[in-house]
Amino acid sequence: MSSVWVYAEVHDGELDPAALEILTKARELGEASAIVLGAGATEAAAKLGEYGAATVFASDDSVYDDYIAQPHAHALAELIAQHNPDLVLFANNYDSRDIAGRLSGKTGSTLMGNAIGLHSVDTAQTTIFGGAELVDVELEGTPKLVLVRPKSFEPSPSGGSATVVPVEVDLPDEVKKAKRVERHEEAASGPKLDAASVVVSGGRGLQEPDNFKMLEDLATLLGGAVGATRAVVDAGWVPYSMQIGQTGITVKPGVYIAVGISGATQHMVGMKGAKKIIAINKDEEAPIFSIADIGVVGDALKIVPQLIEEVKNRKG
Amino acid sequence: MNIVVCVKHIPDPNVPPEMDGDRLKRQGVQGVLDPGDEFGVEAGLQLKEAHGGDVTLVSMGPAQAREAVTRGLSMGADKGILISDDALQGADALVTARVLSAAIKRTEFDLVIAGVESTDGYTGTMPATLAEFLGVPQVTFAKTLESDGSSVKVQRQTASGYHVVECPLPALVTVTAGVNEPRYASFKGIMAAKKKPVEELSVADLGLSGDDVAIKQKIAQIVPAEERKAGEVFEDDGTGAAKIADFLKEAKVI
Repeated sequence: MSSVWVYAEVHDGELDPAALEILTKARELGEASAIVLGAGATEAAAKLGEYGAATVFASDDSVYDDYIAQPHAHALAELIAQHNPDLVLFANNYDSRDIAGRLSGKTGSTLMGNAIGLHSVDTAQTTIFGGAELVDVELEGTPKLVLVRPKSFEPSPSGGSATVVPVEVDLPDEVKKAKRVERHEEAASGPKLDAASVVVSGGRGLQEPDNFKMLEDLATLLGGAVGATRAVVDAGWVPYSMQIGQTGITVKPGVYIAVGISGATQHMVGMKGAKKIIAINKDEEAPIFSIADIGVVGDALKIVPQLIEEVKNRKG
Repeated sequence: MNIVVCVKHIPDPNVPPEMDGDRLKRQGVQGVLDPGDEFGVEAGLQLKEAHGGDVTLVSMGPAQAREAVTRGLSMGADKGILISDDALQGADALVTARVLSAAIKRTEFDLVIAGVESTDGYTGTMPATLAEFLGVPQVTFAKTLESDGSSVKVQRQTASGYHVVECPLPALVTVTAGVNEPRYASFKGIMAAKKKPVEELSVADLGLSGDDVAIKQKIAQIVPAEERKAGEVFEDDGTGAAKIADFLKEAKVI
């Protein structure tokens, strides 16, 4: 039986939900194990067991919270040398991307990014051209390393429980270099963006940062959260925590309202899983209209305030 | 402070992409310096202006990738290295990192800068692998980048905000498009770039073997995804908002 590992992130003691999605798929492909490093790891191990990890390699050492990527890649490389898994899966998140990248250099294993499906331990699926084409990629060598986009699989518990194996790896000083010295959270009020049933999202078409206020008003009325494109996040209009897309958060809400968003590949891969998509954009050629259920070609700055009134009227 | 900036020549992102067999078509396609890499070049130039030293651009790609190097030189970088070899067609991130590291190790460097991810590939793992091969730490997703000459201080983007990260040099940093405002190449810069040295190297020049650049990813098949049907798109005649509100009611959001 193939051995499939899932690297699970913990942040401030909280387990990354994408780990449970990926574990659910991993146990279809072989015997699943998980690795979790950092404060809260041992506690998270129980949850990982419930979702199919037979073994969880865990360390609560805060060195994994303080330093970026290097300690994790070092520990993973040692565990891999001892246990020889066939496939190691990661969520396509900020930290895991770095860890998997370094690990690829250590083990000489090819690393595939942005997978959205796994056919077997050596074939994974990704998309190109903003999701227009599906590409199956065969990977050679052992272990294979694959980064999986969050929300690619529906998590489902297996009812199992894990044997927890403490990770005891000596970490040399040269892997303790890039140190987190301050942490800033930019948590918004209202529902969490990646769990909201309605997402109202804005791009360059809003013309200036102040106009995001009207999206907040609309989102509040609809019980939703506000998101943004990379372009406006990079421009400093709104915080990083609102970024939806390839880099940033993947959302799958019931309704996604794209305001002044043209639909760059970067953005579309993070939201095209929405059940219903509403688009408002001045440019009738904007790619976003090709995936919208309803599209209005017009001035977002006029239409959004009208929409707020229309929604208020319908709510009575 | 000697700085190396990784630059990539990509098909113009404003032109719809074309396939050449199972790969993105690159030959004969209008190419540009990856817009994301302009921020890396600018970051390198600003640090050079503050601390002295020089800025070397390193790139891997077909011969025409020299255009991307030249563009960075015209912004103000001092010299370039281009690794170009038929054996590198279709290279994955691992091979790219191995090749770039072999080229960078030939130079004296304090800091390597790259974009967070290429605009055509979006994988974003190459810089971390490169840092591993170079034996230096990496700080990715830099929204700000400061240096005192012996270390860097970075605001690193996270899913819920940002972290301040400090790291001694030598190191590798990847920058987002928020890190600076890239300068335009001046006429003088464009003329000067023509005289700046660009070393062109093959895989063999770097002392790498065929095994070192063997690609371990193979495309098995490409199939069209189930298309999401476009719905009704109409010009706003003053009733657009009402139609959206009706749609929201139908979707039981209201």
